[in-house]
Amino acid sequence: MMASSYSAKEEDGHHPGASGAGGAAANGRKPDNTAFKQQRLPAWQPILTAGTVLPAFFAIGLIFIPIGIGLYVTSNNIKEFEIDYTGTDTSSPCFSCYQNFSWNSTLPCKCSLPFSLDQPFESNVFMYYGLSNFYQNHRRYVKSRDDSHLNGNLYSLTHPSKECEPYAHRDNVPVAPCGAIANSMFNDTMELFFVHPNETRSQIPLKRKGIAWWTDKHVKFRNPGGNGDNLTAAFQGTTYPVNWHKPVYELDADPENNGFINEDFIVWMRTAALPTFRKLYRIIEKKSSMTPTLPSGNYTLEVTYNYPVHSFDGRKRMILSTISWMGGKNPFLGIAYITVGSVCFFLGVVLLLIHHKYGNRSSSPDIAS
Amino acid sequence: MDFSALRNLISRYCAGEENWVDSRTVYIGHKEPPPGAEAYIPQRFPDNRIVSSKYTFWNFVPKNLFEQFRRIANFYFLIIFLVQLIIDTPTSPITSGLPLFFVITVTAIKQGYEDWLRHKADNSINQCPVHIIQHGKVVRKQSRKLRVGDVVRVKEDETFPCDLILLSSSRDDGTCFVTTASLDGESSHKTYYAVQDTKAFNTEEEVDTLHATIECEQPQPDLYKFVGRINIYLDRDEPIARPLGSENLLLRGATLKNTECIYAVAIYTGMETKMALNYQSKSQKRSAVEKSMNAYLIVYLCILISKALINTVLKYVWQADPNRDEPWYNEKTETERQRHILIRAFTDFLAFMVLFNYIIPVSMYVTVEMQKFLGSYFITWDDEMFDEELGEGALVNTSDLNEELGQVEYVFTDKTGTLTENNMEFIECCVDGHVYVPHAICNGQIMPGAASMDMIDSSPGPGGREHEELFFRALCLCHTVQVKEEETVDGIKRGIHQGKATSVYISSSPDEVALVEGMKRLGFTYLRLKDSHMEIQNRDDEIERFELLEVLNFDSVRRRMSVIVKSSTGEYYLFCKGADSAVFPRVISGKVEQVRARVEHNAVEGLRTLCVAYKKLSPAEYEEVCHQLSSAKLALQDREKKLAEAYDSIERDFILLGATAVEDRLQDKAADTIESLHKAGMKVWVLTGDKMETAAATCYASKLFRRNTQILELTTKRTEEQNLHDVLFDLSRTVLRQHGSMTRETLSGLSNEYHDYGLIIDGATLSAVLKPSQEGSGGNYKEIFLEICRNCSAVLCCRMAPLQKAQIVKLIKASKEHPITLAIGDGANDVSMILEAHVGIGIMGKEGRQAARNSDYAIPKFKHLKKMLLVHGHYYYIRISELVQYFFYKNVCFIFPQFLYQFFCGFSQQPLYDTAYLTLYNISFTSLPILLYSLMEQHINMDILKRDPSLYRDIAKNSLLRWPIFIYWTFLGVFDAVVFFFGAFFLFDNTTFTSNGQLMTTNTQMMFGNWTFGTLVFTVLVFTVTLKLALDTHYWTWINHFVIWGSLLFYIIFSLLWGGIIWPFLNYQRMYYVFMQMLSSGPAWLSIILLVVVSLLPDVVKKVLCRALWPTTTERIQRRKANMNFERVVTFSHDSLLDGVQSTSQA
Repeated sequence: MMASSYSAKEEDGHHPGASGAGGAAANGRKPDNTAFKQQRLPAWQPILTAGTVLPAFFAIGLIFIPIGIGLYVTSNNIKEFEIDYTGTDTSSPCFSCYQNFSWNSTLPCKCSLPFSLDQPFESNVFMYYGLSNFYQNHRRYVKSRDDSHLNGNLYSLTHPSKECEPYAHRDNVPVAPCGAIANSMFNDTMELFFVHPNETRSQIPLKRKGIAWWTDKHVKFRNPGGNGDNLTAAFQGTTYPVNWHKPVYELDADPENNGFINEDFIVWMRTAALPTFRKLYRIIEKKSSMTPTLPSGNYTLEVTYNYPVHSFDGRKRMILSTISWMGGKNPFLGIAYITVGSVCFFLGVVLLLIHHKYGNRSSSPDIAS
Repeated sequence: MDFSALRNLISRYCAGEENWVDSRTVYIGHKEPPPGAEAYIPQRFPDNRIVSSKYTFWNFVPKNLFEQFRRIANFYFLIIFLVQLIIDTPTSPITSGLPLFFVITVTAIKQGYEDWLRHKADNSINQCPVHIIQHGKVVRKQSRKLRVGDVVRVKEDETFPCDLILLSSSRDDGTCFVTTASLDGESSHKTYYAVQDTKAFNTEEEVDTLHATIECEQPQPDLYKFVGRINIYLDRDEPIARPLGSENLLLRGATLKNTECIYAVAIYTGMETKMALNYQSKSQKRSAVEKSMNAYLIVYLCILISKALINTVLKYVWQADPNRDEPWYNEKTETERQRHILIRAFTDFLAFMVLFNYIIPVSMYVTVEMQKFLGSYFITWDDEMFDEELGEGALVNTSDLNEELGQVEYVFTDKTGTLTENNMEFIECCVDGHVYVPHAICNGQIMPGAASMDMIDSSPGPGGREHEELFFRALCLCHTVQVKEEETVDGIKRGIHQGKATSVYISSSPDEVALVEGMKRLGFTYLRLKDSHMEIQNRDDEIERFELLEVLNFDSVRRRMSVIVKSSTGEYYLFCKGADSAVFPRVISGKVEQVRARVEHNAVEGLRTLCVAYKKLSPAEYEEVCHQLSSAKLALQDREKKLAEAYDSIERDFILLGATAVEDRLQDKAADTIESLHKAGMKVWVLTGDKMETAAATCYASKLFRRNTQILELTTKRTEEQNLHDVLFDLSRTVLRQHGSMTRETLSGLSNEYHDYGLIIDGATLSAVLKPSQEGSGGNYKEIFLEICRNCSAVLCCRMAPLQKAQIVKLIKASKEHPITLAIGDGANDVSMILEAHVGIGIMGKEGRQAARNSDYAIPKFKHLKKMLLVHGHYYYIRISELVQYFFYKNVCFIFPQFLYQFFCGFSQQPLYDTAYLTLYNISFTSLPILLYSLMEQHINMDILKRDPSLYRDIAKNSLLRWPIFIYWTFLGVFDAVVFFFGAFFLFDNTTFTSNGQLMTTNTQMMFGNWTFGTLVFTVLVFTVTLKLALDTHYWTWINHFVIWGSLLFYIIFSLLWGGIIWPFLNYQRMYYVFMQMLSSGPAWLSIILLVVVSLLPDVVKKVLCRALWPTTTERIQRRKANMNFERVVTFSHDSLLDGVQSTSQA
């Protein structure tokens, strides 16, 4: 790639008068004659010139453009459907839930949103909820957790870390799980129904396990007192967070998905990088190779509207998406690759011209000062 | 040090006020003087403990910490650390505390170790036994218990435990020989004298009976100055007062030689000895690079503060909405709410400061220090700067100035011993106009042109004969040479066996040795000084004896020396030898014209000339002289001045005998070196004490002046004719006219061959120029002079006093361009200019080691200066400038994404990166490659650098650290940071950026959080900055490969490890598996590659374009070399297959 000169210099033939009078050389201060000490280590000396960088530019262009096209096509093939169910609009079915939200209401507010898919979703479909204007990356919020508490440490369970304040204690009873992140866990529930042409609805099975990192579920998050069945006893002496409606050991009926190792909880606990984010909610698995996972047609999304976003102008969305080898829909990467590839190619051409015009001049020996 | 000064002060006060502020009285053997003399007032002096250590066990920690935090950088980091400790900041105190702690500890350990060594050395010195005479017996004591007034016995080869006044020695004449090698490096033996009246006390018992007091000045650091008086109470009579001078004072640290034992009395002890007073460290010199670095630091500090301010303001603007400030999901604690808004704002400001403080990294200081310290080893290791004869290589006394060697604009060099060998050879002498050439030289060499001169060996007549012999005798007598017989072998003195030939002359002045040896070849041999009689063997092998009465020592102001001798016939002679200008005005008769012509002729030839004159003294005159001298010597105040006056009145009305010529050969390759320095754009000034003609001849020989150099003279001779004002204006007009036409010529491109100017100025004129005159026009002289000098390529300053040398350097330093100066010299007279110049270089010469000791770098020969500047200086400069720029660049890249992130996290000071990454980024992920780069980089082969000195101009005037380049680097850093951040941002924003470990099974679709975001940015960052350095590296040794790829590998391994374990001692596990999950995602890989390419792209394009369109000399040479190598490889592969491996590796 680069014009290089491997000047393996004569390592010790370069020292005039080095071995003169033997008597004087006996002096102890005579420096050693190693190539390192004489700064004459053999070295590769590349230089960046138009000529040498040219191939690299063309190569980058030639590699990046196909990758970019591939990425772009893949990304475009991914099917994605997004529906905003915040209910800010008066016409929205969730408008009343949005308006009449109160922390104290015991009755869950429900709303259902009809939508239709034009194209069938073939492979596994991932269901996400998306929040915007929600600062999960606020410093006060990010640090408001206690990892040893979540790891099942019994002492931390009853003595939550100072970082969890003001969500560490409720009426002097330690909160489990403590902290702002846990306290604000997303608690809308969503159910998906396929509306058959004959107006009958059939519920689409949603897989609630396998949405969190394996390591999080099996190592980082542990229920206190091992994974014994009696979670109620394990959480004895703690109370549930103030904004929750039920204790942590009632998150799920499945003991493998309950307490701290509830996957919805784990997913929520991984704080998002940006104020607009989406988190994996459920997976709709492909059942047979014959039928699409979600055939085109009409659907209804049933939402139990528990999560208030009104106060901070937030939005709530539900997203359905298929994935490819490169993940979800992401046109940016493909476009970026194509752009960079083209720029490199263009620069390559420019450099070629420059090389042609000036390359010979600057390398001609008579230019020397 | 402080304590001793305090103690000294206290002791002075205790001693009572009338008891001298500037002199002290010492009672020998602590005996009271007889009544009638002054009352016995015991004074308190410090004990003989030497304390060179800085710390004690108790005060080490506080004192060392205090000293370290006095450095502004350390203090800044300490403040940041304290802020982190006190308030709630985004990053843990560890991130800044750990590096700071590391730096402080390493420095403390280093200083502690050095101090421990000093303690050990002090102890061994303080506890070594000394022998003290008490009550007529020898008592052994520890050295530190020695007190002022003790009489000490010192044996041969022992060192003196404190400053002593010699009382008596085992030699009959009361002299002893001493080497001061450990004090000033001069290994020659020096003679010290006992006062005549005490030299008889040479047993313990006798010494004990001595009743005397010594009055002397309070201690002062000048090694060569001492005035005192000894009062000896022999009987009940008035005491006998005798003068004491530096010839009586034995200095601590010196060693007794060739003398069995001496008795001496302690006068200065402990920290008051001259050696201890000379411990004072030299003033700190700072390099130009360091100054630029500090300027950059201030810029970055401003950036830091403005960043923090902007963010604080924006934070409060953004938070004006309470739902943003405190949404229901993220409430504050009660205490936070109750805090006053101003306090909150201030805390937020500090927190932002802490978050962004990495932009000024601690590690930069450490890396720069390490680079300088380790880099200086390459100088000491350099084989080409090793001198076989001396058995020594270059020495580095301060590593702070390595890069300054690449920035030198003015070189001030001494002549004798620096440009020339200082290996004197007697060439000829001229008596009354008749020239004598010793046979040895005459036979050995063909002397062209000499045949036509009057080479007279035959006697020129009876009168001439007499003069001639007197001349030879004068040279044999008028010197301070000692004769050292060869070492005794098996108890037999070889000298006796083989005649006198093996005896060796030793003197501090090589001229004298050359003269005495020359006389030997002309038939007059100086044998020895015995019982203050000088013995010489004349042509008829007879031994003549002269009694040596007085020696009027040489000094650089008088520039002559004299002796007064009494011949065996009882006649008194005063012989004087000295520089022509010092002797001719004092001559009243003799063949002045012939001698002067010869002297001038010789001077033009580049020989060192001395004139010899004499006068006969009548006994009465001698008495008068004696009286004058002794009264001057006895004076306690202004002795120097009085002596000078006495000498002046004695040394007059001479009869001129003749002149001598001694050759001082040019050093090996001196001319070549000067030429290279010229080509490298440096201005070379020769500052010498020599006379104008000699110096000018040397300058021609060393190619400082060339044939076409137009010489401008600014000498006393000229200023006598015209006044100084006119001369200066004349010269400046000449120079400026030439200058103007030159620029026009270069503009039109007609000719680049312009002849350059050389200026000769002498000391007297210089002081007239520099003298601030009353009329107010005096200030202009300086300016005009500087203007002239600026346009001269070479300047010769002759007849300079040592202090004037420093003045010149100071003048140039202070001129408006503030050029970087370098002074090089070998003798004690160069020390002042070596200390004054930006870089001081000492030559390990024959005139002792003083210059080398006070210099920043010491080299064996002048020719080594070439490699020192052109190769080492050049390398160090490019290395350190890249180091500084790169360090700022990589920290902009590092911190700017954090700044951008604040806009997306509600200005909450959320750090983008994990604590470990924040801490280790500068310490381990990116530190080694740049350190090794800054030690190994060679953008051009060193042979080319040496061959083509003009390359030095490429880096002149701190060109790599100019503001445009700094701004380019900073913008590059900002660009890269923007690419990192928004690249990652668009990948995360609104898209499902997911990991996909197993392609087919869908149950590993995970979301990435903020730590993955930061890790992605950080990974791109580490790769980009490391690869950026790789792009800049032009000299890839295996070490560079190892370190660059090694640190990337280390980053990956560390990240895997850091995320791979639940760390039990941490209270958060936020990085758990983050790195692995990121790497298991295809888009992460793709985006890392993409972002690295994008951030490197502009720099590569800029480099390539600049190289193609506006190549610097350096780049052209690199290019040419690459082509040459390529061609060679091609021919190799065509010619033979022997080099097959190499050529295939090229292909």
